[in-house]
Amino acid sequence: MKTNEIGKPTNRVDGRLKVTGEAKYAGEFNVPNLAYGFVVNSAIAKGKIKKIDTSKALEVEGVLEVFTHENRPGYVWFDKNYKDMDAPPGSPFRPLYDNEIKFSMQPIALAVAETFELARYAASLVRIEYETSPHDTDFETNIESAYVPEEYKSGEPSEPWGQPDQALASAPVQIEGDYTHSSQHHNPMEMHASTVVWKDDGKLTVYDKIQGVMNTQQYVTHAFGMQPEEVQVISPFVGGAFGSGLRPQYQLFLAVLAARELKRSVRVTLTRQQMFSFGHRPKTMQRFALGASKEGKLEALKQDVFAETSRFENYSEDVVIWAGVLYKCGNVKLSHKLVELDVYTPLDMRAPGGTTGIFALECAMDELAYKLGMDPVEFRLKNYSEKDQNEDKPFSSKELRECYRQGAEKFGWEKRNLEPRSMKEGHNLIGWGMAHGAWEANQAQASAKAVVTSDGKLTVSSATADIGTGTYTVMTQIAAETLGIPLDDVTFKLGDSSLPDAPLEGGSKTVSTVGTAVKSACDKVRERLLKLAQQVKDSPLVEASLEQVIFEGGQISLKSESSKAVSIMAAMSQNQGKAIEEEVSSKPADNQSDYARYAHVATFVEVKVDEDLGTIKVTRVVSAVAGGRIINPKTARSQILGGVVWGIGVAMEEDTVMDNNLGRFMNHDLDKYHIPVNADVHDVEVIFVEEKDEIVNPLGAKGLGEIGIVSVAPAIANAVFHATGKRVRELPITLDKLL
Amino acid sequence: MKNFTYTRANDVANAVDEVTSEKGSKFIAGGTNLLDLMKIQVERPSHLVDITRLALDTIEETAEGGLRLGALVTNADTAYHEEVGKRYPLLSHAILAGATAQLRNMATDGGNLLQRTRCYYFYDTDTPCNKREPGTGCSAIKGYNRDLAILGTSEHCIATHPSDMAVALAALEATVRVTGKNGERIIPLFEFHRLPGDTPNIDTNLKPDEIITAIDLPAKGFADRYTYLKLRDRASYAFALVSVAAALDIDGDTVKEARVALGGVAHKPWRIPEAEALLKGKPATRENFQKVAEAYVQGAKGYGHNDFKIELAKRAIVRALLQAKEMEARS
Repeated sequence: MKTNEIGKPTNRVDGRLKVTGEAKYAGEFNVPNLAYGFVVNSAIAKGKIKKIDTSKALEVEGVLEVFTHENRPGYVWFDKNYKDMDAPPGSPFRPLYDNEIKFSMQPIALAVAETFELARYAASLVRIEYETSPHDTDFETNIESAYVPEEYKSGEPSEPWGQPDQALASAPVQIEGDYTHSSQHHNPMEMHASTVVWKDDGKLTVYDKIQGVMNTQQYVTHAFGMQPEEVQVISPFVGGAFGSGLRPQYQLFLAVLAARELKRSVRVTLTRQQMFSFGHRPKTMQRFALGASKEGKLEALKQDVFAETSRFENYSEDVVIWAGVLYKCGNVKLSHKLVELDVYTPLDMRAPGGTTGIFALECAMDELAYKLGMDPVEFRLKNYSEKDQNEDKPFSSKELRECYRQGAEKFGWEKRNLEPRSMKEGHNLIGWGMAHGAWEANQAQASAKAVVTSDGKLTVSSATADIGTGTYTVMTQIAAETLGIPLDDVTFKLGDSSLPDAPLEGGSKTVSTVGTAVKSACDKVRERLLKLAQQVKDSPLVEASLEQVIFEGGQISLKSESSKAVSIMAAMSQNQGKAIEEEVSSKPADNQSDYARYAHVATFVEVKVDEDLGTIKVTRVVSAVAGGRIINPKTARSQILGGVVWGIGVAMEEDTVMDNNLGRFMNHDLDKYHIPVNADVHDVEVIFVEEKDEIVNPLGAKGLGEIGIVSVAPAIANAVFHATGKRVRELPITLDKLL
Repeated sequence: MKNFTYTRANDVANAVDEVTSEKGSKFIAGGTNLLDLMKIQVERPSHLVDITRLALDTIEETAEGGLRLGALVTNADTAYHEEVGKRYPLLSHAILAGATAQLRNMATDGGNLLQRTRCYYFYDTDTPCNKREPGTGCSAIKGYNRDLAILGTSEHCIATHPSDMAVALAALEATVRVTGKNGERIIPLFEFHRLPGDTPNIDTNLKPDEIITAIDLPAKGFADRYTYLKLRDRASYAFALVSVAAALDIDGDTVKEARVALGGVAHKPWRIPEAEALLKGKPATRENFQKVAEAYVQGAKGYGHNDFKIELAKRAIVRALLQAKEMEARS
C-alpha cells in the first residue's frame, strides 16, 4: 500500500497549541461568575464524623457554602447509578454520602467561595470531630485472609492446565520466590479538575479531566438523575492521565453538586497532595514457583497473586495472563486473590496487571535461566510460545523473535558474560539484563463522522480523547491518507460528548478502535466523492469503480492512468455547495476472536551499580517493539520512551508509602513520591520491528501506549542481579537493598 | 493560606523593627520553602516582612582573607561566583547538588539555612508532629522514617535539616552574622542549628528579633582536596539520604587537617572535630578513613526504615575522603 501520511514521523498537529498555552485543560475554562470549590479530606482512615462545624468557614466574606454529608441534597438512591464505565464490581464510593469514613483523605466537605484562595482558606477552617474505629491498611499481615472475588474486574485466572503440582515436584531444576511492589500513584502533570458551567435552564456544560467524555456524561446523568441532553461534557486536552482519568473522580461529583445547588458555575481542582487520595496501582505480592528440565525446557509454572483492594469494590487486573501468553508450558496453575484494606479502590495505571505481572514473571524466569546456566535470551527462545495458552488461540502476529534479534544486536548482547559481577569499571559493577513482554492489541466499537465541505476541507470527529498520546495527530494522518489530501486540510475533533460515541481511551486501543472508525467514515466519503466525480462534465472516471481509483494529492485518479483525474474540489462542486457527511460505527471483525492479539517487546538494559554505595544508574536501554504497523514513528517512539522512563521509575523509585499507624499514604507530593528526573534517564534506543497483521484491525496497527513499560522494570532488576549477584524481589530497588 | 499583612523593609534596622512589631511575623526572601509551607498551613505567619530589597546581595572579601556572602545572594549566584568556585569549590558543589536550577535562582543563602525539615509528617497537618505542633507527638519514630535522622535525635523528633549548602559551610567552619535589637553577633555555623531535644519546634539559635545578614567564609577553603558526596533516591531533585562534605589538607601522604560534615542524618549538619582529629598527622589511608567513619556513627540510632543510613554514612565518609585524597592537587 502506498502511503503519503501513514508511517510518516509527523509532528503533533496540536503541538503549537500546547507550547503556546492555547490548549485549554479542564481547570482552565473561564466563564463569568465562576465559583471555586476546595475539598476537605479526612484525617483518619476509618470511623465516623461525629461533628462537622463549618461556621468559621461560612463567616469568611466571599464564602458561598460548605457542603457536607449533613447539608448535601438528596441522593439518587441506587448504587448502580454511581457505577461508571470503568467501575469494578462492588459498591462505588459516593462523596458526602454519610458520616462514615472509609479511607484516609476521603473527601468529606467542599468549601465553595468566590476565589480559589478563599475556598482553600475556608476549607482550612472546617472543624471536624471524628469517632475513630480501628483501621487496617497492613497488606502483609492480611495476605493470609486474601479471598477470591465473586467477580473479577479483569484478570480472572484460567483453569489450570496439565499437571502443575506433579510436574513441579518432579522438575529437576526449580526456583521459587515472592515478588512485591508497593502501591504507586499516577501523578499526571495535570491535576484532576472539573469546571461545571451552570445554565439558567439547569443544563450543564462540564469540562472534565477524563479519558473519555462519555463516561463523565453517563456518570453525571445517572448520579444526578439528568438526561444526556442536559449534560454536555467537553475535554479537548488531557495533561496526562495514565489511567487516573478512566473513572470520573470525586472533584467532578462535588463540582456538579455545588453548581446545581448554588445555581452557579463551579470549578473544583485537586491539589497535588489530593492526587494521592483516590485510585492507584495496587500493592501486589506474587508467589512464583517454576520447574524446568535440565535442558531448560519449562515444565511447570505456578503463580499466586495477592493484590490490594478497598472494602467497597473488588479491583483486579490482568496479572496472571502473561505466563500463558509469553511462555510455552504444559503445566500451569494460576490464582489471583484480593487483600481487602481500608484504602480507596485501586485503579488501572499504565499497563495495569502487565507492569506488575511481567515484572515478577520475567524476574522469576531470569532466576530460572541462571539456575540452568542458560543465557536469558536463549532460554526464552527455547520456551517460545506459538499460541496463547490461556485461551488456546494462535497469535494474529508475533514478531518477538525479531525483537530479540534486533534488540540484542543493537545492544551488543552477544558480548555478555553470563557470570554475575563479571564486568567492572572503577567502583561500578556493570550489569546487563533483559526481559520481554506483551500487551493486548484490542479493538472496540466506536463511531466517527467525516464531513467534507465545498472547499474540499475534511473534518472528522469522534468523542474519543487525547491523553497526550497523539490521538489528534494520528487520526488526522489516517483521515488525510484515506482521502489523499494534505494534513492541513484535515481537522480532527474529539473530547465532546455531542460527537459520535467512542469508548474510554485506555488499554492501548484507541488507534485500533477510533482509527478504524475514522478510516471507515472516510472510506464512505470516498464512495460519495467518486460518485460526484463521475458527475463532472467529461469525467474520465465515469466507468471507474472504487478499486480502480486512487485518492492522492487532492485528486481522484485512475490507477491505470494517473493523468485521468478529477480533483476533490471539482467533485464537491457537483454537490450544490453542500457538504458530504458520513457517520459510521465500526466493530471488530468477527474473525478477531479466533486469535490472540498482542503487541510484543524485548528490552535490554545496562546498569552501573556502585559496589560500595549501592547507587544504580541505568546507562543504556534498548527497547525493540513489535507493534504492527506504525502510523506515526515519532509519536510512537515518544510512547515507548515514556514507557521506558516510567519503567525506570517502577524499578527504582516509585513507592507510595503507607503508614499503617495512621492508615495514610505519607509521601503525598512530588518531593517525596519520586518519579524519574532527566538525570535518571540516559541512552534509550527504540526499535520498531516490522510486523504485518491483517487480523488485528483494518489498519494493521497495534496500540503502543503500554507495551513500552511492561518489561523495563524486570530488565533493570535482572541487570542489577547480573551486576551485583544480588536478587532484589521487592520494588523499588533502592540503594539500601544493595548495601 | 491564612491572611497576612505584608511590608517591605528598607534597611536591616527597619526589618528588625518590623519583624518584632507583631507576634507571628516572618521574613520572606526567596520564599521557596516558606510559600509552600504557607499554602499547606504549616506556616501561618500573620505578617510578612519582605527583605529582598535590603543591600545584602553582594559577595565581598573579608579582612581575614575570606569571603562574606550577603544573606540575600542567591544560591545560584553563590555557586557560580568566580571566587567561590576557585577558593571554596566544596561550597559550589554542595549548592549545586541541591534543589533545581529554578529554585537555586530564587533561594537565598540566608534562607537556605532557615529552611525547614522535609519530614513527611511535618508537611501533613492531619498527622501528629512535635515540630509543627509541640506536644502532639512524633509520628515518624514509629512510622515511616526512611529519610530521617540517625544522630542527635530525641524521643520528640527525628527530623533532619535538609540543606546541602549548610553541610559544606559546617565543614568549612563558616560563621553566620546576625543582627537583632541588641546589635550584631556572630554564630559559628556549626552552632547555628539546634538538636531537637524537647523543643523540636525551634530549628536554630537565631532569636526572634534577629536577621541573618551574611555568612563569612574563613580564608582556608580546602580548594585542592574536597568532595561533596550526596547519596539520594534519584539522581537529582531529591534530598540527601546521606551526604558528606569532606576536605583534606595533606602534606606528602600525611594529613595536616581533615574536615568531615554529614548531611541528611541529623537535625543539623553533623561534625565531630574529635573524629576529624583522628587523622591529624596520620597517613591518608582507607584504614584511617574507616576509623573516622566509625567514630562518626558512634551512638547512631536507626528507627527501622532508616537503619541502613548508619552503614551508608560510614561508606560515604570513606568514599568521600578517598575521593578528596585522590584529587589532583591544583597547580
